[in-house]
Amino acid sequence: MAATAETSRPVRRRGRRRSNPLDYSRKTWMRLTMGGAFFFLYFPIVSLIVFSFNDSKRNITWKGFTLRYYEKAYENSQLHETFLNSMIVASISTTVATVLGAMLGLALYRFRFPAQGPYEGMVHLPIVIPEICLAVAMVAFFATFEIPLGLFTITVSHIAFSIPFVAVVVRARMAGFDRSLEEASYDLGASQWQTFWNVTFPYMQPGLVAGALLAFTLSLDDFVITFFTSGPGSTTFPIKIYAMVRFSVSPEVNAASTVLIVVTLVLTITALAIQSRASKG
Amino acid sequence: MENWRHNKLAFAVLALPPTAWLVIFFTVPLIIMWVYSFAERGPQGQILLAVNFANYLRAIEWIHLGIIWKSIWIAAITTVITFAVGFPLAMGIAFAPQKWKNPLLLLVILPFWTNLLIRTYAWIAVLRTRGFLNFGLEWVHEKLSVVLAFVGLGGVMGEFQPLELLYNQKAVVIGLVYVYLPFMVLPVYATLEKLDKSYLEASLDLGAGHWRTLLSVTIPLALPGILSGCLLSFILSMGTFLTPDLLGGTDSEMIGNLIARQFSSSRDWPFGAALSFLLLYLTFLILWVRASLAGRQQGPV
Amino acid sequence: MSDGDAIISVQGITKRFDGDVLAVDNVSLDIQAGEFFALLGPSGCGKTTLLRMIAGFEVPSDGTILIDGEDMFNVEPNRRPVNMVFQSYAVFLHMTVAQNIAYGLKVVGTQRAEIDTRVAEAIALVRLQGLEDRKPDKLSGGQRQRVALARALVKKPKVLLLDEPLSALDAKLREAMQIELVNLQHSVGITFIIVTHDQHEALSVADRIAVMGEGHVLQVAPPMELYEYPSSTVVADFIGQVNLFPVEATEARDGGMSVRVGELGEIALSGSKERVTHVAVRPEKIRVAPAEPDDPGLVKIRARVRNVSYSGDQSHVFFETPGGLGVSARVQNTDRSLAAVARENDELWLSWRPEDVQALAD
Repeated sequence: MAATAETSRPVRRRGRRRSNPLDYSRKTWMRLTMGGAFFFLYFPIVSLIVFSFNDSKRNITWKGFTLRYYEKAYENSQLHETFLNSMIVASISTTVATVLGAMLGLALYRFRFPAQGPYEGMVHLPIVIPEICLAVAMVAFFATFEIPLGLFTITVSHIAFSIPFVAVVVRARMAGFDRSLEEASYDLGASQWQTFWNVTFPYMQPGLVAGALLAFTLSLDDFVITFFTSGPGSTTFPIKIYAMVRFSVSPEVNAASTVLIVVTLVLTITALAIQSRASKG
Repeated sequence: MENWRHNKLAFAVLALPPTAWLVIFFTVPLIIMWVYSFAERGPQGQILLAVNFANYLRAIEWIHLGIIWKSIWIAAITTVITFAVGFPLAMGIAFAPQKWKNPLLLLVILPFWTNLLIRTYAWIAVLRTRGFLNFGLEWVHEKLSVVLAFVGLGGVMGEFQPLELLYNQKAVVIGLVYVYLPFMVLPVYATLEKLDKSYLEASLDLGAGHWRTLLSVTIPLALPGILSGCLLSFILSMGTFLTPDLLGGTDSEMIGNLIARQFSSSRDWPFGAALSFLLLYLTFLILWVRASLAGRQQGPV
Repeated sequence: MSDGDAIISVQGITKRFDGDVLAVDNVSLDIQAGEFFALLGPSGCGKTTLLRMIAGFEVPSDGTILIDGEDMFNVEPNRRPVNMVFQSYAVFLHMTVAQNIAYGLKVVGTQRAEIDTRVAEAIALVRLQGLEDRKPDKLSGGQRQRVALARALVKKPKVLLLDEPLSALDAKLREAMQIELVNLQHSVGITFIIVTHDQHEALSVADRIAVMGEGHVLQVAPPMELYEYPSSTVVADFIGQVNLFPVEATEARDGGMSVRVGELGEIALSGSKERVTHVAVRPEKIRVAPAEPDDPGLVKIRARVRNVSYSGDQSHVFFETPGGLGVSARVQNTDRSLAAVARENDELWLSWRPEDVQALAD
């Protein structure tokens, strides 16, 4: 007849219960492998940062904690100057690239036009092209038009390769935009510009901010293109570090590098925070 | 999406400025390079416009072919190792509990956000003769010797010989793997994450072990992501400049370095331009291969 | 019920997910060899989790699972003598039909010749001849399902587990497949365990059904018993349509009991239960007639038609009694003339036998 079976007391067992068969992240060997990979990823950087506090000129063994090299780096007027240069270049580059990139992103999002395929290909080219090719192309370009290499040429190049990145970010953001908001605005009598400013632009903002931060990071961090488009007296921070590296491996270099790492990290985390807050809105 | 004709003004306002910038400061430089690649180097190092393929022919001369081949070889090894390190990592994250996935991904990407120069240079301290790796090995060597001495086999291990890991090909490969690892992990992760887990369960259910499942089911189904990661890793490694420059030695000059040399010490811009375009063509070729493979993969639902 | 016969014995199985989500709560079941057993219940009742624990893809938080007498504690899914047909079928897209079916034999090192023979048999069994070299993307949903079936059956498991196998098929195909599954099970002779939320499906294919709700097993019984003698109002309501009338009072009466149900008066029932809150009557057991039936032993009441739901072969008629009680009756449209169809506001007599009344608690 209809009845559920009697519950019997389950047997007590020894031995660890296994985890779900596909729960790979719980298995020891997977944890070891991942741990190893993360160790591989972080050890060089962490050791670099740690040794920037090392009280030893040669930087080989740990001799004690000091902030000496940060002071030294701080007092190094050349480092100052180059840091300033980097900031100037990055700021200008970011501003221009964000505006132009946003425009491009919007145009790609909104319009259908002839030769769109090839156009998109060309516009996204700076992202896939090997940096060295772009770098030497810029050198050739500036030489042809007899433009002296300096901060101007660096900035111009940075803008050129940042625009596509900003465009991609803005376009991705716009992909989630509800067109009927714009249509409602027109329906209520607003002009194109008013609609853009009051409806589209606010939505676009997180994408703009993310794109701007990306452009800033790209500019600040760039080495290869900057190296080739810079002239004497117009070095940026990474270039200066490069020169110091070629010279010797000293804690001062580590200190300068650590500063750069921290600045970049702060910017990146800010960008991510803004993006994740935006996607919840 | 609107047709541009419906709103020519808005389209022009939006599209023209960035396009103008890109054309002037990107397309034109490339065109100039292209023209240069057919030019000649004058006696004082100027550029004499000409139209011949001398530079390209020179590029495939034996010594230069050697460098090209070495670049491909290094890129290939790098890709294989990056896959070997990156795939388990991607799998681990894809199969981790939901709340850990994003933090773990972030941890993988974070080093990417530090300057390329710093990331590469950090390895010098690790790989050099008196660097961390050799220190570590020496320590192990010491401890092993002690243990062996205990068993009476004192002198068996002999003197510690530090490994020559810097300023050679090995260093370049390590540096490249390090720098381009996220480019492998992300696409592979994306594909694995979307994979219907019931395929794997079905394979296990039918009696296959985990390794068999991995080889026969997981990898074939994750192939698009794997290919993306590998191609990306390969292209980026092939066109690299800084890593061989900082970490490499005489045996590890790559295309990127060769090109750079033409624009600094050798002052042979036409030749450098030709090399540059060869690299570009190779890159495009690989991208095109990838695109057509991706197209074919679209078939099954 | 002796343990000796049971091919699968679930004992005190509990499954807790992150935190306190109790998916399966102290469930015990015995499934006999050769049965077509169904786990039936709404989404979230724990039936799929239970199935996956039998297959080995979820690990129980507590309790034991025995398959053919062997404890499955810490036994990996690929070592269990059971095979599963997944809801999505999980047919490997990069292999042909034949390769899919052969997979389970290949991975355990079966000889080539034997693989070929057994694969051919399996293909014949599910009637996929001619499609051996097709890739899954060129197959229909129904065909893919048969590949999944063949792939599992070729391994001759002791038990075949099916996770909502028919939910992706359209209604007509589903009915045909139900019959096919039953025939398949009879010809192959092994135990089938099917998980479904569709009670019609469970009723038509299963030898025995376990109705689950919120992690518990509510009742285990063969289909007819489940339908006609549900053990609680929850089960009665879940399976098919039912009229549930609240009971005001009960009284024991020579070998049985009598319940008072408002307007319906006193109904004499055989058997007795300690706690009765409702009585249940299935709609098809209610006779609808224009005139009062003669038989005094019937439960009868006059009611007004509120709504008629016509579905071709039958009509589902909703009545309201003078006292406000809702009654639904199912009427076969045995008469073609339009006059035979009940219409709104008609006053008709409803009657049914006391034997068709089930006393229940909620």
